[in-house]
Amino acid sequence: MSDSTFEPVIIGFTCNWCSYRAADLAGTARIKYPPNVRLIRVMCSGRIDPTFVLKALSEGADGVLIAGCHPGECHYLEQNYKALRRHRLLQKTLAQFGIEPARVRLTWASAAEGALFAQEIAEMVDEVKALGPLNWPARPMPMATAPAEIPVLSEEAA
Amino acid sequence: MSDQQKPERIGVYVCHCGTNIAGVVDVEAVAHFAAEDLKDRGVVLARDYTFMCSVAGQELIEQDIHEQQLTRVVVAACSPHLHEKTFRGVCERSGMNPYLSEMASIREHVAWVHTDKVAATAKAKAIVSGTVERVLKNDPLEAIRVPIDAQTLVVGGGIAGIQAALEVAEAGYEVILVEREASLGGHMAQFDKTFPTLDCAACILTPKMAAAGSHPKIHLFTWSEVEKVEGFVGNYTVTVKKKPRYVDEDVCTGCGICVEKCPILVVDDKFEAGIGYRKAIYWPFAQAVPNLPVLDTETCTYYIGGKGGCRACEKFCPTVPNSILFDQKEERVTLRVGNIVLATGWDLFDARRIPQYGYGRLANVFTSLELERMCNAAGPTGGKVVMRDGKSAPQRVAIVHCVGSRDRNYNRHCSAICCMQSLKTAHLVKERTGAEVYNFYIDIRTPGKEYDEFYQRVLDDGIHFVRGKVAEITDIPFDPAEASRNGAGTLYVQVEDTLAGMQRRIPVDMVVLSAGLEPRRDSAEVGKTFGIACSSNGWFIEKHAKMDPIATMTEGVFIAGCAAGPKDIPASVSQGSAAAARVLNYIRQGELALEPVRASVLAEQCSGCRLCNGLCPFNAISFDAARKVTEINAALCQGCGTCVAACPAGAIQGTGFSNEQLFAQIEGLLRDFSRAPEVV
Repeated sequence: MSDSTFEPVIIGFTCNWCSYRAADLAGTARIKYPPNVRLIRVMCSGRIDPTFVLKALSEGADGVLIAGCHPGECHYLEQNYKALRRHRLLQKTLAQFGIEPARVRLTWASAAEGALFAQEIAEMVDEVKALGPLNWPARPMPMATAPAEIPVLSEEAA
Repeated sequence: MSDQQKPERIGVYVCHCGTNIAGVVDVEAVAHFAAEDLKDRGVVLARDYTFMCSVAGQELIEQDIHEQQLTRVVVAACSPHLHEKTFRGVCERSGMNPYLSEMASIREHVAWVHTDKVAATAKAKAIVSGTVERVLKNDPLEAIRVPIDAQTLVVGGGIAGIQAALEVAEAGYEVILVEREASLGGHMAQFDKTFPTLDCAACILTPKMAAAGSHPKIHLFTWSEVEKVEGFVGNYTVTVKKKPRYVDEDVCTGCGICVEKCPILVVDDKFEAGIGYRKAIYWPFAQAVPNLPVLDTETCTYYIGGKGGCRACEKFCPTVPNSILFDQKEERVTLRVGNIVLATGWDLFDARRIPQYGYGRLANVFTSLELERMCNAAGPTGGKVVMRDGKSAPQRVAIVHCVGSRDRNYNRHCSAICCMQSLKTAHLVKERTGAEVYNFYIDIRTPGKEYDEFYQRVLDDGIHFVRGKVAEITDIPFDPAEASRNGAGTLYVQVEDTLAGMQRRIPVDMVVLSAGLEPRRDSAEVGKTFGIACSSNGWFIEKHAKMDPIATMTEGVFIAGCAAGPKDIPASVSQGSAAAARVLNYIRQGELALEPVRASVLAEQCSGCRLCNGLCPFNAISFDAARKVTEINAALCQGCGTCVAACPAGAIQGTGFSNEQLFAQIEGLLRDFSRAPEVV
């Protein structure tokens, strides 16, 4: 499945206060990371609607990174916990679509953690590279997760 | 939304930033890409220029807005955190709504972090494409302008709060000063001398307390707490709970006869740190501001004795009508304020948490605060340093630094003041008792003005310093020989002397534990009341630790003094003044412009499911039961967008970060690279 020349495209959602600033700091500190991630700034990781993730994946992204402030350090007090909850639920939904959990990664990075943010990106790029292109939604659902046969209600039972 | 009738005209500007961007990204190719490939998206011109933020660069945009009738602007340069304001200003000057411009970060997020020029250029193109799509969906917005109420709330009547209150009041504005205890003064009122100058704390504090207490613009609420805070910057409504003193504030003259006549003596574990007594009706201390006693219902016989109690205070009160009100009730006062300064201070680390140091178990182990009271001439011992028996002077005294600080078992932070406090205590004990004084320290930290000079002075006093963390303090001798050598009642300090490289066991008569500063035990709840966050260890979080240590993430709520972390007196006073300066700045502006990033509900699309209702930590969301729709108070909304993401009906609009903007940006970012699914 993996292709040595494959360069994944990853969309990264970052919050205005911590993770976007971590990305800024990685730049200011000239910390290098792979060019596969394209960032979108939102005010808070709590703003990230799961449909944004699905939209990105369906538009051709091979993975989505969600980055917020560390738990307890959210600019909006606790909204990153909401991002955490949504990420958990989204992972379950994505698994049913046959999308590997490593493709949608949640991480925390404070405005001081440029190096950590760069490292997270490098790790994620490696993982998604290993998984290969997503090519969703054209990719068929893997048989293992699809129901063996679709139950049909018999007329008698009804 | 873009107007269907009139096509949008977008200008794209790609900055070289000298070689900062142009050294890695092929800026000409990016500009060419925007001009050609994004032509169908409304881009009418794209330029690259050495420094877009320069005057010439800004004029270039201004000129194009006028001559080319641009309707939207994209600047691909540095992070919006650096120059978004600059380019919005350019648009505004040119008669364009500033919110119709966007920045694409191709320096911090591309040129500075990538080395592969081809990949970097491709990424820069994608970012520009995403930003063009986003800017097309931008709405013209207006900054939200809110009026600022000039009345200010200061919470905490310690030195930081007093300073803030005085500064605002001196400038001519009304101040509400709320203090939880019966008097202003805070911890500083408990101290004896202040380092490094050794001037007495009361001598420098009480004039400030008196000034705050008598200032016509300062309205004191002592023995009171802020219960509820509603509203937003400039327009807060606060509810203050006034606890009953059982003394009529309007009548009492503070003569003190009631205190004198009260027959009940109680251990004062608050102001006297447990080593002195007070009456059941009492002042915390002689210079209390306001000069009004408080009746303690837990010890007064009127409340606990049955049979109506002794009522001595009432009998001897000389005022007409009588000042003692046994059935006074708590009151609630609602006030409107524009800004809030939180100077809520700190709590002392409870030394009992370190059992091997024996505090609370071994009589002659004291805390630094107990020593402060003991050294104080107005304290329980009249300034004499004595052992727990109240009379004998110690011959040998150990001072243990970093108790509960810089210790991964308790607090990792350095309490900042205890080195100097310990040195001061060492000096005072030596001066007053002539005892041999040992300091046990990990590191000596004396970075303030004249602080290290004071350390040198204490070294010259002949005080001993042992570098090592004390392992144990015990009253059990090693063997009978040690017992007979040192006498009964000796405490042994077991420590590894890390400079001498040996274990030492030093016999002393008295131990002083320099207990650290901790966040207030209720800081999390207080933070919640005021809508500000605490770090994981409980200190309030500043807007920026270095560049904005006074402001918080909540507009109009400022922090001063130890509420945000341990500080000495000069730093607390400076912060009090700084907070006042910030408040005065807002008051003088009269009104404040806020970013129009807000959520709003489209009532006709809201199904009234209330899913969003519990999501807002700022209480901006409420449910209109009559109309069965949710409403968002734009003034309370902070613009995080969590409710926007949660609304299953898409009825909540996130201004500035709308679904349309974000979907468009995603499409734009992936436009070049999307591998369209094969058509089967």
